[in-house]
Amino acid sequence: MDLSSAFTLALRALGRNKMRSSLTMLGLIIGVGAVIAVIGIGEGAAAKAQEQLAALGSNMLFVGSGSVNRYGLNVGSFQTKTLVLADARAMVRECPSVSAAAPGTGTGQQVVFENENWATQITGTVPQYFQVRNWPFSSGTSFSDDDVTQAATVAVLGDTVRKYLFGSRNPIGETIRIGTLPFKVVGVLTPKGTSPGSGQDQDDVVIAPLTTVQKKLLGQEWLRWIMVSAVSRQASYVAQPQIVSLLRDRHKIRAGVPDDFVVRNMADMADAAAEQGTVMTVLLTIVASIALFVGGIGIMNIMLVSVTERTREIGVRMAVGATEEDVRLQFLTEAAVLGLIGGTIGIVFGVTSSLAVSQGLGWPIRIPAYAIAVSGVFAMAIALFFGFYPARRASQLNPIEALRYE
Amino acid sequence: MAIVTPARTVNAVATDRSKALVEVHDIRKNYQLGETEVHALRGVSVSIGAGDFVAIMGASGSGKSTFMNILGCLDKATSGRYLLEGTDVSTLTKKELARIRNQKIGFVFQGFNLLGRTTALENTELPMLYSKTNKNDRERRAREALVQVGLGDRADHFPSQLSGGQQQRVAIARALVNQPRMLLADEPTGNLDSRTSVEVMEIFQKLNANGLTIILVTHEPDIAQFAKREIVFRDGQIKRDDVVEVPHVASEVLKTMPTIKD
Repeated sequence: MDLSSAFTLALRALGRNKMRSSLTMLGLIIGVGAVIAVIGIGEGAAAKAQEQLAALGSNMLFVGSGSVNRYGLNVGSFQTKTLVLADARAMVRECPSVSAAAPGTGTGQQVVFENENWATQITGTVPQYFQVRNWPFSSGTSFSDDDVTQAATVAVLGDTVRKYLFGSRNPIGETIRIGTLPFKVVGVLTPKGTSPGSGQDQDDVVIAPLTTVQKKLLGQEWLRWIMVSAVSRQASYVAQPQIVSLLRDRHKIRAGVPDDFVVRNMADMADAAAEQGTVMTVLLTIVASIALFVGGIGIMNIMLVSVTERTREIGVRMAVGATEEDVRLQFLTEAAVLGLIGGTIGIVFGVTSSLAVSQGLGWPIRIPAYAIAVSGVFAMAIALFFGFYPARRASQLNPIEALRYE
Repeated sequence: MAIVTPARTVNAVATDRSKALVEVHDIRKNYQLGETEVHALRGVSVSIGAGDFVAIMGASGSGKSTFMNILGCLDKATSGRYLLEGTDVSTLTKKELARIRNQKIGFVFQGFNLLGRTTALENTELPMLYSKTNKNDRERRAREALVQVGLGDRADHFPSQLSGGQQQRVAIARALVNQPRMLLADEPTGNLDSRTSVEVMEIFQKLNANGLTIILVTHEPDIAQFAKREIVFRDGQIKRDDVVEVPHVASEVLKTMPTIKD
C-alpha cells in the first residue's frame, strides 16, 4: 500500500468517528498549545527582565551605607555615617577594576513650579552618575563638577517630575523650588521606566549636585550610597572584593567585625534574574510536556480501542493480501494524521492564546520560531511513538482469529 | 446475469489442465488448546486440478475449516507438503503468503465480511490496494467485477443498503477482482435463504464454466450437489472423495423455485 492510499484511508477512518477523533486530538492540542504559551510567556518575561536590568546600567555595583545595631536595636540600612566622598575617590584611585564611582545621597521633598507641586525623591550626586547609570538626557545637560564644588542650586529632572510640573512646556532655564530653596533646571533625563527589583518609577526623581543636597537640604556630610562602574561586566565580579577590602581598611574595621556598608553587584542580580527565568521556563515546560505526554497516552488508548473494534476489518484486509507492513502503515498513518492535525491546531491555539494573554494581562510575549517547530515535531513524535504499539498489535493479529472475531 | 471471466484465467486453464493446481501430501495440523493437543488434520492428501469445482463437507470439528485455511495460505500445516501451482507454500514467508492470497486466491466468507460504511465499489477495490494498482485501474476493474456479479448499478451503495445476497455478490466481486487462480468459499450460503443460495451457486457455476477453480466448504448436502466433486471430512481425515455424477444446474433449479415476489 502506498502512502497516499494510507493517508486517504486514515482520513476516512478518523472522519467516521469525528467526535472521538477530536477528543483524542484535544489532548495534543492542549499540550502543544501549553508548550507554546509557556515558552512564549517565559521568553517574554526573561527578555523584559534583561531589558530592565540593562536599563539599570551595565557593569554596575551598588555600595550602600550599612545598618546599625545598637543595644540590640537594628535600625535598618542607610544608617551608618561612615561612607564619605573620599571613599568614592579612593575606589577609582585604588581599585583597578573600577572605572568610575558616583557618590550620592537622597531625601524626599516637595518640588514646586508656579502652581504645580509634586512630592519626589531628591538625589544628590556628581556628573559621573549619569554615565555610571547609562542615562542620557532628552534635553539640556548635566550640572558640572564646578557646580558640585560650589554647591550650586541647579537641578536635573526625571521625566515623571517634568511631566507633572511642566506638562508640555520646556523646563530648561526655569526655576523650581525644592523645599524653600530655588533651583535652576539645567537638564531633563530620558524616561527609564520602572525598576526591575522594586517596581519603583525611576523617572520620579530630581537630581542635584551632591554638596548642594548634603549641605543645603540635608545638613549631612556622609553618603547614602556610591554607584560604581566596573571596567567590564567580567571586572564587576573582581571589583566587589576589591571594594570590600578597601572600605574595611578605610573605615578601620577589625577582622571579625561586620561591614558597615553593603555591596551589591548588578551582574549578580542580572544572573539571578536570568536563572530564575530559566528555572521557571524549565518547570513550566516540564508541566506542558506532561500535558503532551498525557495527550499521547490518549492517542494510544483510542488507537487500541480502534484496533480491537476493527479486528475483523484487519482480518479481511489480511485475507485479501495485506502484509503486516501494510496493516502497520495503515494504523501508524492514522496516528500520524491525528498528530499532524492536533499539532497544527495546537500551534494555532497556543499562538492565539499567548497573544490573548499578552493583550489581556499586558504580559510581554515572545514566541520564538523554535517553540513552534519543537512543539510541532514533538506532537508528531508523540503520536508516532504512542501509535506504534497499537499499529504493531494490529499487524501481529492472526488473520484466521481476526476473521472470526465477533 | 452476464458473467465474463477475465481472459487470463481462461489461458491459465488451457495450459494447466494437465497439472494439478493444488497438491496436498499427508498434511497434519496440531493445535495446542490449553493442556490438550488437538489433531485437527491427521494426514490429508488430495489433488485438485485446475477448473475443478469441489465441495468440502463434514461436521463441525471434522477439520474442513482448518483444511480451507491452509489451502487459503492463512495458516500453515504442522507437517506435510502443500504445492500451489507447483510452488511449495510451506517454505514461503508471511509476506510471500500475503502476496499469494492477493494474487492467486479469492475468498468468500459466510458472513460476507464487507467493510462497513464503505461503498460496494471501494469494498471491491480492496485487494488492489495491496497490489500496486493505480487509482484509475482500481476503479475500472472494480466496476467490471461488479458488473460480472450483476451489481453494476449498486457500486455506490453501502453494505447496509444491500440485501444479504447482494452483499455476498459484492464479496464475490472482491474475490474476483485480482483474477485469482482459485476461489475459496467458506459456507458462502450459510447466511442466505434458499433461493439466494442457489443464485450464488449459479454465479459459481458460471465462473467455473469459464475455467475458475472453486473450492466450497458447506454443510448443506443440497449445496454440495452443485459442485463437480464432493470431499467429506471426518475426524481430520478424508472419509470420502467422490465425483458428483449429475451436478444440479443452478439456473434450472431457480426456475422451479418461487421468487420473492410470489
